[in-house]
Amino acid sequence: MGFSESKGSGGVTVVKVDGQLIIGNRHELKDLVQAALDRGDRRLLVDFSGTGYIDSSGLGALVSISKRIREAGGELRLSGLNDDLRSLFELTKLDTLFAITETPEQALSSF
Amino acid sequence: MTSPLRLCVRRTAVPDSREAATLVTLRLPSDVTCIEEAVELVTRHCLAGHEATESIRFRLRVVLSEALSNAIVRGNCEDCNKWVDVRAELGPEIISVYVTDEGPGFDPSTIPEPIRPEQLDEASGRGLFLIRKLVDAVQFNPQGNSICMILRRW
Repeated sequence: MGFSESKGSGGVTVVKVDGQLIIGNRHELKDLVQAALDRGDRRLLVDFSGTGYIDSSGLGALVSISKRIREAGGELRLSGLNDDLRSLFELTKLDTLFAITETPEQALSSF
Repeated sequence: MTSPLRLCVRRTAVPDSREAATLVTLRLPSDVTCIEEAVELVTRHCLAGHEATESIRFRLRVVLSEALSNAIVRGNCEDCNKWVDVRAELGPEIISVYVTDEGPGFDPSTIPEPIRPEQLDEASGRGLFLIRKLVDAVQFNPQGNSICMILRRW
């Protein structure tokens, strides 16, 4: 379980969530995104294609980093959500807050 | 790395019960880093011996994580001297999971639904809402420190 960071096409910062995004590791994601913003990165993609489940604290962490990125003048995309994961965003109406694409490739080309 | 968890799972038949055939209990400390392992342990026991869809497995993992987070953070205020108890009654058709903390309890009817547009930017407040949406029934004890989540296996 953890997060891996890489550079996608066009210099987009890609953060992959391997395992769960839950109360026990949400700060790790927030810190990672903050470090990217501090470096000057403004285009970020969070890829969930390797994610098992997300709890409400994980969703809350995504809301927080979305705000930070927006305030810094940046853009955030989410991708790789399977049907179960996507249902969490739909139930909580967060699908209206985030730019969600099916694949990381689609997200990268949409910046 | 050695796990800091000290979990105990007991599997015993429930006497004089037509519905619940197996009882699994688990006690964990008020430490959020224990949640993921506890979720995996309880989920594995809840679904053992039954065909389970990925959807059931997913819903069970999410609601367990939510209920344990609420119990540890809001109920027990992460007090390391307090414990959280999980009790799962496993029937052929229904899974009933009780999560109980040592806190004073709360009134679940006072928790607002977090889906109004002005609330979407809030970082918290979605846990109980998600539980209600992902299980077939939710009950609380009168004190409000124990939640029972009921899921049909299919």
